[in-house]
Amino acid sequence: MTALTVQFRASYAFVERNFNLIKRYWSWELVWLVYSVAESLSVSFIGLGMGAISGSDQPLPQVDTSYFVLYLLIGTLVWRFLSTIFYWITDLINIERWEGTIEYTLMAPIHRLTHMAGQTFFSVVYSLLFTGVILGITAMVFEIDLGEANLLGGVLVLLAGSFSFIGIGIMASSLPLLFPERGSQMTHVFVALLLLISGVYYPVSVLPGFLKELAVISPATYVLEGVRLALLDSAPTGSLWRFVWPVLLMGMALIPAGLWVFGQAERYAKRKGKLHRNG
Amino acid sequence: MDAITVSDVYKKFSKPADSFWKRMLNRNHAGNGKNGNGSNGNGKNGASAENGHLPYVVAVDHVTFSVPKGEIFGVLGPNGGGKSTLIRLISTLMLPDSGRIDVLGYDVVRQPMKVQERINRVSVEASFFKKLSPMENLLYGARLYGLEAGDVRKRVVEILTRLGLEKRDIFNPMEEMSRGMQQKVAIARALLSRPELLLLDEPTTGLDPRSKREVQAVIRELRDQDGTTMILTTHDMTEADTLCDRIAIMNHGKIIALDTPQALKAMIVSKNGTEVTLEDVFLELTGSKLVSEEEEPV
Repeated sequence: MTALTVQFRASYAFVERNFNLIKRYWSWELVWLVYSVAESLSVSFIGLGMGAISGSDQPLPQVDTSYFVLYLLIGTLVWRFLSTIFYWITDLINIERWEGTIEYTLMAPIHRLTHMAGQTFFSVVYSLLFTGVILGITAMVFEIDLGEANLLGGVLVLLAGSFSFIGIGIMASSLPLLFPERGSQMTHVFVALLLLISGVYYPVSVLPGFLKELAVISPATYVLEGVRLALLDSAPTGSLWRFVWPVLLMGMALIPAGLWVFGQAERYAKRKGKLHRNG
Repeated sequence: MDAITVSDVYKKFSKPADSFWKRMLNRNHAGNGKNGNGSNGNGKNGASAENGHLPYVVAVDHVTFSVPKGEIFGVLGPNGGGKSTLIRLISTLMLPDSGRIDVLGYDVVRQPMKVQERINRVSVEASFFKKLSPMENLLYGARLYGLEAGDVRKRVVEILTRLGLEKRDIFNPMEEMSRGMQQKVAIARALLSRPELLLLDEPTTGLDPRSKREVQAVIRELRDQDGTTMILTTHDMTEADTLCDRIAIMNHGKIIALDTPQALKAMIVSKNGTEVTLEDVFLELTGSKLVSEEEEPV
């Protein structure tokens, strides 16, 4: 048996385990789906209520309501996709701490890259399916016609952006290693900051100066702009390259950086004896 | 070549002490003419403190020993004596502050993967994904060692029924199983990868007498048939006496005695004419009472 086969099987262990966990926790998955759909709908309804919110009982003449609804909906969907990837990756340690299996996983003869690859593959597939279901339901509610939209281009930008979120997720997953009691809660700060600066529900142009500058380094900014252009303005796939290359570049830097940070955190946890303490 | 060589290994942990503000206040007091030592640091478990630093606990204090291949090596000691830390150091889950540990010729710090490929461990707490079945849990564990799923499924049934589990239990969630049954699944998980070195950290704690005997029989079988080297920590003195070829007694992180069970028993004189037991030796050497597992801090 080659070393590659061993690592491939080890990587698949995480895919299969997560699938089994979803199967056993199916009621939780259902609750999470209902929550996510409700959240997407409630944010998108802001678009329909634009007239009333602005003091008029009619939609404002200069506002294209359906464009606005779709703008918000894309924000919620892209954010759901990226944050789901992020949380699945940070769960790499969270789940194992919760179940008490962390020592068994970390003493297995596998490279951290193998470990991350399995969890990452699962998180991307899961997030795509999960977001797809939400899109289907919300599109029916708002009777959205995506016939003209460049769906393929949108998905390509989304997938390209997922690499950088994988890197950020790996980095954040070191927090539960370092802080057994509160580490998993600390990971929320990453998501909160990215939500603020990336233009999920508004264009980054409305942000004050320093936040606008921070938006440039957020991969979500490019993903959101690219997906919106593909779905709202039916931009051809070739023209989306200007959103794809920055996020690929960020992914190329963030994934190795994440692995390095995680490696350092694991070494620290082993030195300080933090692996076996359940938070 | 020895299966394990532990050379002058030392491991200490900083002890969570007072809050930051309390420590600052104490430091100010110290600066006002009193002796500057930290607050804690009295004897138990070798807790100590250095000037201006957090108090610490010495878990493993310059320990040296070696275990030849095929031996069952027992480690006895009171709770907090350093047994579990020693097991974690050998299993690459902790890094020693100084000293060196070689497992089957590989350094646990520099070549952890080589070591991990050859070892497995059973700890006192059977740690599993509670909603998953034994089959799903063991399949996950076996894949991490690169094993082929088809073979694993067959062996899971074989090992678990050998350990006394009903076939239907293998496919029900772990949370529906008793602690004893969960511990048997933990033993099966360790056996699946056919380790050359098996680290057994109180594997029979919490098992009923029948299950205990079944597990002990498996341990003997592994040694006799496969020549597996084992390190066994236990509070059960009879278990240690009957299973182990040699026993080390640890106290406050140090090995205070190391020999065969017979030689250890010969170390002390019977007080009332009855035969000396390993428990007598333990109490004599450690001066500690046997306490329950729940009190184990390290």
